[in-house]
Amino acid sequence: MHEVDMTKCLILSMEEWAEKKNKKKIVVEKINLKIGEFTCVEPISLINTFNAAVLGSWLDSSQITIETIPFEGKCSKCNRLYFPKKENGYKSPCCNFNLEEIISGRELKIASIDFKEK
Amino acid sequence: MHLPISDKIELNILHQNSHQAEKNKVKFNNYNLLCLNIMSSPGAGKTRLLEITLEDLSKKFHSAVLEGDMTTNLDAARLEKLNIPVVPITTGRACHLDANMVSGGLKLLEKKINPDSLDILLVENVGNLVCPAEFEIGEHFKVALLSITEGEDKPLKYPIMFREADLILITKVDLLPHLNFDINELKSNIASTNPKADVIEISSITKSGFDLWQDWISKKILKFKNI
Repeated sequence: MHEVDMTKCLILSMEEWAEKKNKKKIVVEKINLKIGEFTCVEPISLINTFNAAVLGSWLDSSQITIETIPFEGKCSKCNRLYFPKKENGYKSPCCNFNLEEIISGRELKIASIDFKEK
Repeated sequence: MHLPISDKIELNILHQNSHQAEKNKVKFNNYNLLCLNIMSSPGAGKTRLLEITLEDLSKKFHSAVLEGDMTTNLDAARLEKLNIPVVPITTGRACHLDANMVSGGLKLLEKKINPDSLDILLVENVGNLVCPAEFEIGEHFKVALLSITEGEDKPLKYPIMFREADLILITKVDLLPHLNFDINELKSNIASTNPKADVIEISSITKSGFDLWQDWISKKILKFKNI
């Protein structure tokens, strides 16, 4: 259940952000996340954990949105981009090379925050 | 109410943890103290590995251990018998160590010994192949253990752990003659997930591979200390 600890980190980051904006004068509508496919995060668990954690808090009415970032690698032999698959041992389908370079999929980001001023 | 505003911040969700991990690393560097984060599933042999490793390592280097455990101090008690500074970190319900816990552990260690006098800090993480992989603690290197009783497919099933590791120790290899286990398939799966990782086969029963592992640690310490 590392989503609990991730939620904790997320809320602390939101607190830090809100302090700079004057927390009492804003309402956060959406927290837009980018989560890579090659991370240990299960998006639905993160949303459920967040919703439970913020009940009754200043983020109670905030909604999490998650954009999933595809897991993409680069073949180190021919430089072609490809989507690594577990079934294929993450090897490049073009040259059957091991996964050396990850282009995307490791993202764990707060991309943006949509808010209103009261 | 005003119209909604979108603030594009592009901030790592784990920013709070990463920030503390950076602070821990600065402290380790100031103490000239190499920190290894030792990770594996429960029962892969982390504590036994440390017991054997520290018996020899302590003859050459000053070592200490931060011992992560969910509910007991049993592993810490085993390592304390080696007469080295050990700080237990009981995580409660958390299934991994995070940077704050390690920071707390380091403060307790500072009360036991001046870390300036140490060469290496071994942090035994909580047994888990998922969560510890995403939480930096300020370590210089990550070491992942995988015992052969866990199956050849684990690097593919838990790719983040094995992708993040600098060194992968294949443990319990003394059991190879008794199991229907293909070590070449395991190595191929490790290479698929992380072609850059060093890999050492090791047995805490026969002690095979410990010379290579001790050599790996020694080289890392000497390089870190610019000796």
